[in-house]
Amino acid sequence: MSRTRHLLRRAGTLVFTALMLVGGTLESRAEYADVVINRQAEKNGMRPVVFPHWFHRIRFRCKVCHAELGFKMRAGTNTITMSDIIEGRFCGACHNNDIAWSPENCDLCHSGKPGLPTGVFGGHETSGPGRW
Amino acid sequence: MQVSTYLVDVFHALKILTGGLGGLRLAFCGVFFALLSAAVAAGEWPALAKDGIHDPRSRGAKILQQPAEALSKLTPDNAGNQVRWVQALEKGEIRPREKLFPQTVVRKLDQDIILDAKGGMPAVRFPHRQHTEWLDCVNCHEGIFKTQIGASKISMFKILQGEQCGVCHGAVAFPLTECMRCHSIVKPGSSKPVMPPNIDLLKLQRNEGQQ
Repeated sequence: MSRTRHLLRRAGTLVFTALMLVGGTLESRAEYADVVINRQAEKNGMRPVVFPHWFHRIRFRCKVCHAELGFKMRAGTNTITMSDIIEGRFCGACHNNDIAWSPENCDLCHSGKPGLPTGVFGGHETSGPGRW
Repeated sequence: MQVSTYLVDVFHALKILTGGLGGLRLAFCGVFFALLSAAVAAGEWPALAKDGIHDPRSRGAKILQQPAEALSKLTPDNAGNQVRWVQALEKGEIRPREKLFPQTVVRKLDQDIILDAKGGMPAVRFPHRQHTEWLDCVNCHEGIFKTQIGASKISMFKILQGEQCGVCHGAVAFPLTECMRCHSIVKPGSSKPVMPPNIDLLKLQRNEGQQ
């Protein structure tokens, strides 16, 4: 086996190992079922909202938001405005400085990367409706 | 799924680069370690600032609860949030509130529906009990599914597009890669569930390791 071929082989291995490691870290590693809400936010100069399903479902069953509060189960179909929230509708039913922090803490919800579209994110291959 | 595609691509690329199968041993070492590190990374919950959707400069990314802190304490899973949410609820690891308003009636139903599946797939057992722990009747009826048994024609094609069961499964409830969790009733005559070809072997091995 010639020395050049041996070196070439090593180089190839290194390049592909590096590529795979980079490829693995570049993809979005959002937590499964994280929802980005950005129909109104960036138009009004705020960062998009990241809604973490995992955090909320530890504390509330699905039916609280999706039956009692009227959130439709399809990302992008709910028109949520800050005036709704301040008047106690949608997020404002809890985010009222009583059950959870008040809407004055803008940047705790509005913490998403600028430019993200509204939708369900998450680390899984079947990570959202319409993906296939 | 992604891992298995990688494997095929990398195998062919390496074959070309190294000029034949004889030189593949070294290359495989590299790939093995890359896969190993990818598998280790997949088994962790990334920090909010590194999850690709939080702005690392925002105050939220710095002070909100990290997924690993909350989720690592719950019954583990190999898919989705890596949490068996139904088990976590049944074991009392989490105690999520059932209602906000005092006048709300909490409705639950303990009834299984068996749905026959086409081809060789085992039939589906849909348990109302686990579903109504989380959801109210109106979340599915009469919108997504008709209340009358047999009135809704359910298809995997629609589910994979995010309709029917796919409204939640694949988005927030356990994902559609977990075929056998729904298709759990083996048909008479067939020996046992047969895995479709091209299934993610790495993931299967991980599952077996956990059991």
